[in-house]
Amino acid sequence: MSSGDDGLHVIIEFGGGAELLFDKQKRHVVNLPADREWTLKLLLFWIRDNLLKERPELFLQGDTVRPGILVLVNDADWELLGQGEYRLQKGDTILFISTLHGG
Amino acid sequence: MPVLCSAKCGNNAILKRPKTGDALCKECFYWAFETEIHNTIDNGKLFKSGDKVAIGASGGKDSTVLAYVLKLLNERYNYGLQLFLLSIDEGITGYRDDSLETVKQNRDDYEMPLKILSYEELYGWTMDSIVAQIGRKNNCTFCGVFRRQALDRGAALLGVDCIATGHNADDIAETVLMNVLRGDIARLQRCTSAITSGEGSITRCKPLKYTYEKEIVMYAYFKRLVYFSTECVFAPNAYRGHARAYLKDLEKIRPSAIIDIIHSGERLQAKGTIKMPERRNCSRCGFVSSCEVCKACVLLEGLNRGMPKLGIGKSSKVRLQQAEVNRLKTRINF
Ligand SMILES: [Zn+2]
Ligand SMILES: [Zn+2]
Repeated sequence: MSSGDDGLHVIIEFGGGAELLFDKQKRHVVNLPADREWTLKLLLFWIRDNLLKERPELFLQGDTVRPGILVLVNDADWELLGQGEYRLQKGDTILFISTLHGG
Repeated sequence: MPVLCSAKCGNNAILKRPKTGDALCKECFYWAFETEIHNTIDNGKLFKSGDKVAIGASGGKDSTVLAYVLKLLNERYNYGLQLFLLSIDEGITGYRDDSLETVKQNRDDYEMPLKILSYEELYGWTMDSIVAQIGRKNNCTFCGVFRRQALDRGAALLGVDCIATGHNADDIAETVLMNVLRGDIARLQRCTSAITSGEGSITRCKPLKYTYEKEIVMYAYFKRLVYFSTECVFAPNAYRGHARAYLKDLEKIRPSAIIDIIHSGERLQAKGTIKMPERRNCSRCGFVSSCEVCKACVLLEGLNRGMPKLGIGKSSKVRLQQAEVNRLKTRINF
């Protein structure tokens, strides 16, 4: 999967039912192309185009996640980090948890 | 770069609270989360010492967190409660089978007795067999109506004083909106109370009434509580309805919207002169009902007579015919 050290390695995880949109795979280790500065917002579109298997409207709404999906970067709420503006760092773990499933 | 905890404990914050906007660290979040639930229980007088309490357990996030927190608070504040888990097995292969495994895990982890009651025992029908009979169109109606009564029946079997359910602030705000849209004054008045009781029906309470869904999920995540989250196989695209989507959009613009809607609902009062529909007991099964025969019994009759459409939809022909018959009866009597 990885192609040398030139890309940005991050870990993307899904939980709380969000993984159902990604073939039930909860953990994805990815290497993002080194051609740009990666923000969370850019990552969302990358996920949509590269990982998402079905029903994009259940994951994205406009240029952010669908309300009801929580985002944590290295176990911290993205609302503390500037949300979509946050700049990804090498080795970051980004977790998406759906609050919309079950009760 | 990291944000510090608003409680000035010196730790890094891990979450922004939707209700207050505070940034809290893990430990301060746990404390705030648990203390608020304790306050809901305490202010609302949800329990008495010595009560036997059945927790309606689905294996989902809300009831899993509720079981964990009730056990913790019962010990921390000496409530003196005897806690049970009560689960309903709708008989949906591949959905309930898996979530019941989660409930059994809760039973072992929290050392609480578990009672599982199936639709088959209660009604003679599993959801699988109902769907085989009626198709997938109205099956959610059957499932919902049967579940509500199933908890009451299970509680009666266990001999408990009260059923605690995992309804959270988002659920209650959603219900307030729905009842406003439907103009259902009676339900609007009842749906915001943290505790409801009536003759012939067991007391129900909602300790998570003021607890945001976001915080429930965050709490479960940080505490590593295992819960079951998948879609019902019979309604895989349902997620939640329009009211929920609307509420989540509101929350995004103004996170306090959820608690504001609950507070508004609490303050809405119908004038004393407005006649409320009376609640009585079903003439067949004895459970609380707003009609002569409760909805569960009507649906069941339809299934057993091979007329499953009976009782579905407010404008259904069956019901109109029934209303006509009743009107004629009234005329004859008076
Ligand atoms: Zn703190
Ligand atoms: Zn009945």
